[in-house]
Amino acid sequence: MSIDYNDKISKAVQQVPPSAIRRFFDVAAEMKGHVISLSIGEPDFVTPWQIREAGINSLIEGYTHYSPNAGYTDSRQAICDYLKRRYGVSYDYKHELLITVGGSEGLDLAARALINPGDEVIIVEPCFVAYKATVLFAHGVPVVVETKPENNYKLMPEELEAAITDKTKYIIIGYPNNPTGAVMTLEDYAKIRDVLLKYPDIVVLSDELYCELNYLDSRPASLTQFSELRDRVVMVNGFSKSYAMTGFRIGYVAGPSELIAPMVKIHQYCIMSAPSTAQFCAIEAAANADAEVAKMREEYNHRRRVIIKGLEDAGLSCFTPYGAFYAFPCIKSTGLTSEEFCERFLIEKHVAIVPGNAFGACGEGFVRISYAASMEDIKEAMQLLKEFVEELKKG
Amino acid sequence: MIDDIELLRLIENNSRLSYEEIATMLGTSASEVEQEITRLKEENVILGYTTIINWEKKAPDNCIGMIEVRITPVKNKGYDHLAQVLSKYDKVTACYLMSGGFDLMIIYEDKTLRDIATFVTEKIATQEGVLSTTTHFILKKYKASGVIYDNPERDDRQAIIL
Repeated sequence: MSIDYNDKISKAVQQVPPSAIRRFFDVAAEMKGHVISLSIGEPDFVTPWQIREAGINSLIEGYTHYSPNAGYTDSRQAICDYLKRRYGVSYDYKHELLITVGGSEGLDLAARALINPGDEVIIVEPCFVAYKATVLFAHGVPVVVETKPENNYKLMPEELEAAITDKTKYIIIGYPNNPTGAVMTLEDYAKIRDVLLKYPDIVVLSDELYCELNYLDSRPASLTQFSELRDRVVMVNGFSKSYAMTGFRIGYVAGPSELIAPMVKIHQYCIMSAPSTAQFCAIEAAANADAEVAKMREEYNHRRRVIIKGLEDAGLSCFTPYGAFYAFPCIKSTGLTSEEFCERFLIEKHVAIVPGNAFGACGEGFVRISYAASMEDIKEAMQLLKEFVEELKKG
Repeated sequence: MIDDIELLRLIENNSRLSYEEIATMLGTSASEVEQEITRLKEENVILGYTTIINWEKKAPDNCIGMIEVRITPVKNKGYDHLAQVLSKYDKVTACYLMSGGFDLMIIYEDKTLRDIATFVTEKIATQEGVLSTTTHFILKKYKASGVIYDNPERDDRQAIIL
C-alpha cells in the first residue's frame, strides 16, 4: 500500500498550478552557448556599497540576534521617515508598520489576516504571479479584473466597480506594474478612490515594490496618499526592486494599526522577525540612498527607451511603459501564442523572455521583456528580436 | 529639450555611443544630440574623448609619480603661471592646485622611476618659485577614472518565479 499523496496535499495548494515562468528557465538552463536573459524580474545592479557596508558593520558589532517581532525600532523609524519624505504620508512606527521578509510576505500576511473561506479578492491582471496564489492558499476566491493596453493597463474605475460583490474582502493593486510597466498617477488613483468611497468595507492592498522606478514622475503616487482611505489601505513595499536588494529579503507593510496588528500576529508565529542584518541595511537604504536610486532610475530609463525603439523596429506594437523595468509588447501579429513565441525565440535566437499568459489569461498574446540587463545585452537582444520577427513573417 | 547633465553623464561613461544611440536613450532626435554636443564642445565643457586602459597589462614597467610641489606664487599670476608651465609637458597627465600642506599636485607618467626622478630634479625643482617637491610612486591601481580594475562582470541571478 503506497501513500496517496493527492489525498494528503491540501486542495488549496493543489489547485495552484506550477509557475509557467519556471519552465522557460529550465529550458534556458539546459541550452548550450550564450543565452541572453531578459526574463528575470530582479535588478542587475549590485546593491549600493554603503548599504552592504551597513550590514557588514552590524555583523562586526555583533547584531546577530532576533530583532523585535515587528522589526528594530530604528529600522521602522527609518522606513516611516522615508515614507513621510517620499510619499508625504505619516505612519506611527510603533503600531502602523511591520518589517517583513520581502514584499511577498506582506501579500501572504494580508491574505491570511483578512480572508475567511469563500471571501472574494479582486486581482488586477496581468500581475505578479503571487497575488492569485496567496489568495488561493488562504482559501479565498480570486476575482480577476483585466486591464487593457488601450487603457495603458490602468485600472479603470468602472471595471473595478463591476467586479465588486457583497463578498469582496479586499482588492490587490500593483503599480508600477509587473509585468506591463504601467503606472497610475494620483489623478488615476483619485477615480479609484471615488469608487472605494462607495464601498466603505473594502480593504486595499497596494503593492508598491517598484515605487521608485517611475519614469513619468520620480515621486511615488499611491492610494495611501488619500487621507479618506487611510483606515483601509495597506501598503506592501520593500527594498528589493528600488534598491537592488532582492537577496536581503526585506520588505514592510504599512497601514492602520487595526490591520497591521493581525499581520504582526501571524508574522510573529510564522517568521518571528525579519533578518536582522538586512534590517540594518534597510536603515541605510531608507535614509541615505536617494542618490543611488536616482542613478539606477536614470540608467533604467535609458534602457527603457532603447527597448521601446527596439520593439518598434521589430514591428511589434507595445504600449509605452513608464514604470518598473518591463515592457509588455503584443506578439499577436506573428500568429504564435505567447508560449510558442518565447520558446522559439529562446531556441532559435538564444534570448529568454517570459510569456505574458504567466501573469494572467489576458496576458496571452503578449510577452514580458525585462530591461534589468546590460545595455549591450538589450541591444543585441533587440537586433535578434527584429530578425526573429522578420523570419516569422516570411514564414 | 535635452538635459545636458544627463547627456554628459551618459557619454562620460561611454564615449563610443553614436548620436542615434544617445538620442534613443534620452528620448530625442540625433540632430538635437549632435547640436548639443557641438555646443558643449564649443563651450569647452567637452574637452576630448578617451579610452580607459589598464596599462599594467600591456606595459607593466611604466611608472606613475604623484609629485607634491610647494611654490611661491608669482606676482599678478598667482599659482597659474607655474601650473600652466608644468602642464605643458606631455607626460604630465594631470595638474591640480591643492588645499593643505602643498600647492600643486602633478601626476607624471614615464617608463622608469629614474625617468620620473630626472623630471622632478631637472624640470620641476629648477623652476623659479618652486620651494620643494615630494614624490610618491603608484604601486598598484585598484580604481581609476571611476573604474574598478580586475572586477570581472558576472551575473549570478538565478531563475526564480517573479
